[in-house]
Amino acid sequence: MDASGLPVERSHTPYLIGLGLAVILTAIPFALAATGALPRETTLIVIAVFAAIQILVHLRFFLHIGFTTTPKENLVALAFAALLICIMLGGSFWIMFDLYHRMMV
Amino acid sequence: MDIFGRLTIESLPFYSAIAASGAAITVLGALSVAGVITYFGAWRLVLFDWVSSIDHKKIGIMYIMVALVMLMRGFIDAAMMRSQQAIAYNNEGYLPPGHFDQIFSSHGTIMIFFMAMPFLSGLINLIMPQQIGSRDVAFPFMNSVSLWLTTAGAGLVLVSLVIGKFSTAGWTGYPPYSGAEFTPGVGVDYWLWAVLISGVGSTMSGINFLVTIIKCRGPGMTLFRMPLFTWTVFVTSVLMIFAFPALTVACGMLVLDRTLDMHFFTNELGGNMMNYINLFWLWGHPEVYILILPAFGVFSEVVAVFSQKRLFGYISLVLATMAIGILSFTVWLHHFFTMGSSANVNSFFGIMTTIIAVPTGVKVFDWLLTMFRGRLIFKAPMLYTIGFLVTFCIGGLSGVLLALPPVDYLMHNTTFLIAHFHNMIIPGVLFGYLAGYMFWFPKAFGFKLNEKWGVWSFWCWIIGFYLAFMPLYVLGLLGMPRRMEHYEIAAWQPHLIVAAIGALIIFFGIVCLGVQLAVSIRDRKQNLDLTGDPWNGRSLEWATSSPPAPYNFAVLPQVRGVDAWWDMKQRGVAYQRPDRYVDIVIPKNTFIGAFIGGTGFVFGFAMVWWIWWLAIACLAAIAIALIIRSSDDESDFVMPASQVKEIEDARFAQLAKAPKNEMADEPGFAGQPVPEAST
Amino acid sequence: MTAGASTMADTGGALISPEKYEEKAFGFWIYLMSDAVIFALLFATYVVMLGNTAGGPTGKELFSLERAAGETALLLASSATFGFAAVAMARNERSRVVLWLLVTLGLGAGFLFLEFGEFAGMIAQGAGPQRSGFLSAFFTLVGTHGLHVSIGSLCIVVMIGQVLFKGLTAPVASRLARLGLFWHFLDIIWVAIFSVVYLPGVL
Repeated sequence: MDASGLPVERSHTPYLIGLGLAVILTAIPFALAATGALPRETTLIVIAVFAAIQILVHLRFFLHIGFTTTPKENLVALAFAALLICIMLGGSFWIMFDLYHRMMV
Repeated sequence: MDIFGRLTIESLPFYSAIAASGAAITVLGALSVAGVITYFGAWRLVLFDWVSSIDHKKIGIMYIMVALVMLMRGFIDAAMMRSQQAIAYNNEGYLPPGHFDQIFSSHGTIMIFFMAMPFLSGLINLIMPQQIGSRDVAFPFMNSVSLWLTTAGAGLVLVSLVIGKFSTAGWTGYPPYSGAEFTPGVGVDYWLWAVLISGVGSTMSGINFLVTIIKCRGPGMTLFRMPLFTWTVFVTSVLMIFAFPALTVACGMLVLDRTLDMHFFTNELGGNMMNYINLFWLWGHPEVYILILPAFGVFSEVVAVFSQKRLFGYISLVLATMAIGILSFTVWLHHFFTMGSSANVNSFFGIMTTIIAVPTGVKVFDWLLTMFRGRLIFKAPMLYTIGFLVTFCIGGLSGVLLALPPVDYLMHNTTFLIAHFHNMIIPGVLFGYLAGYMFWFPKAFGFKLNEKWGVWSFWCWIIGFYLAFMPLYVLGLLGMPRRMEHYEIAAWQPHLIVAAIGALIIFFGIVCLGVQLAVSIRDRKQNLDLTGDPWNGRSLEWATSSPPAPYNFAVLPQVRGVDAWWDMKQRGVAYQRPDRYVDIVIPKNTFIGAFIGGTGFVFGFAMVWWIWWLAIACLAAIAIALIIRSSDDESDFVMPASQVKEIEDARFAQLAKAPKNEMADEPGFAGQPVPEAST
Repeated sequence: MTAGASTMADTGGALISPEKYEEKAFGFWIYLMSDAVIFALLFATYVVMLGNTAGGPTGKELFSLERAAGETALLLASSATFGFAAVAMARNERSRVVLWLLVTLGLGAGFLFLEFGEFAGMIAQGAGPQRSGFLSAFFTLVGTHGLHVSIGSLCIVVMIGQVLFKGLTAPVASRLARLGLFWHFLDIIWVAIFSVVYLPGVL
């Protein structure tokens, strides 16, 4: 994504790099899930970490988000959305699992 | 499959006199509007100048019209509840329970979604772009879609009076009661689709206002030179963007449960009802700040202008607004303290709730300090502001009390809670919007509202409010639950009678508002606002003519500081005529926004009544309309500089005729620069 | 049109000033943030209702890693090919734009085909969204994503039409950029879906 609102990225390279990294970051978790090679908790952590990294890869190489290339207001919006999502999810999970333990709901 | 879904002749309201009269009034109301337009031969005007307009000022006015109509409808609900409760000691009253339940459900739904939201969207639309020195909002077409989707939602609530019934599940629609097992029928579906469809409109408005403020400010208008009203709009927009998704998810899932037999919130097969509560209030708490923040913004503007003094504590007001915005996402559980969470969870949210009272307190002090040593002018908007300052604090205190979980355990779902939130919404939200309505009416229409009737409306509203709601605090402490259709405790009745009298006085307040409007229109030629600045204002909306030209500013003003218009007046550059004008690009009118709204209404109706073919056809029509609009690269036209010059020349001629400003008669009037009248 | 010569100045008859494209892109970005919140809450609901299988089938019994891998490959590839379409747009190569959009559309359609098959299969074996809260949550989360992909695919068709009929004007480029944001965003959501739903589901 670019500041002008128009496509200006003229090179295939970022997309190819992003694709390559994404394939690796996808294949490993899939393989671990398919084979069960690692214990369950470890696999879940690997899945989570690789997903987070892959999302960053997508943001960087497909959406061209960068600290210098993207306008500040877009970065602030993204950070704010991330913060709010953390609050909403964190709060919701705390509430719902607390209710589950207390009320079997 | 039946071509009419589950719609049958029995859906018509002939099963009860009350339902039939409600339907009759609704139908007659709609017919009268059409009749009046026909009588004045105004269909061309209404359709081609208003319905198809995507000018933010016209959209703002139409939003406020929707709000005022729905205020009356919502008030009728209130009057019916008050009168029922006043008489229903040891008897059934005149409203059967099913009716009473529909009435309290529609009262809350209408007042929040179809009175307050359109009112704030209207004031914001009308004023915010002018305050930041812009020609329009960022997305005028989407603005039109938002208006008409909101109207579609209001239409669904109104049509539920005529065909079918409304929800009996309250304005919050808690499952499992609101699920298909316990409340089959169309009522809850009407509520769901009205809320979902207008919610899309609100989300889009939030995006529109945010982008406008971030990207469309005029030259020199940095963020920290924006008026406080615009700052509150900014934070409100953030809340709209991030809170409405939660409502969409909660109501969307309830739709899926009811329509496709899913199990998000059902008793059996793995439903989790508390998930609805959690999601609903994730939206619901930010929503009340969406309602109040623009009102706070209005109060900031009004208190400065009518104290004839710069607003005190600009930075603290901005920071307090931001604090309220972010904190509003951290308190939502206080709406369901009693629903089973552990002490840790309750304590956390209780503490956050007490904290969020602090920034509002900061604002109250800032407003008081603005008034301190100001030269106060007690026009109607100022009276509403002072009434707010006194009365809202009482509601805030009851709120801080309720923020403590142990207290809330006693007070939750009693009339104490009803008193608390009406104590916030009426003096806070409604007084703010009424103040804004009276303050900015001249800007919108070019003539002032009658002051005397405005003052009477204020006194009726504030006295009526105290009489109607203070007894409810007492009743809550006496143990009366909310939403009671009849009761057997004699001690409650006197309070409810007083409350009913309060509602009657509020009715007089509404009558005063209506008379004020009628008298003002009748007397408009004597009360013209010829300068565009009837109150000796401080912010840029007062720089434009009243009403403004379609492009607002022929030349975007160069801003040098806070209170930009006041600063221009002080520097003597207030009414400068430019040497030359330029062509201005203006969006063309289009009916597509109204078409999408109308189709959205039919879509909602079809989903309520399970008329699937019609629902699909509506979605297809909306998709086609959007594709057509998106392919239109010629949606603007150019107003040539010569035409701009004509409009501006007429304005400057009018300025030359401007009589002495009405404010000059007020004791302690601070003086206003004389506009340049010469060429 | 010659390659290398930018027609970004070609307004295609529109009176839109350059800042307007920035505003549209920013507005769309904000919309995506609100959509992200919707998906986050759908994910939250799914996690909360993971155990609400009501004696019915669980993820382990229903999810197929092969199918999920296929869906992932198709969607990921389509993100890359959309990127190639954007590059072609920047290089002013009209027929390349149409080509890569068509490839993207095909890959997206393939994704939807696989997903539709998955849903149909589950429903046929009595594991539809009406079976349990868990399944309601699953179908709604994954189905909402699929609905977004469907709408995006429709938009790609419209985009191809606009490129063919209007050429690579600035308004068309602006729309393509926003559609690209949308399409890439959907791939990000899919990463979350296979990481939260399918992979843990089969463990």
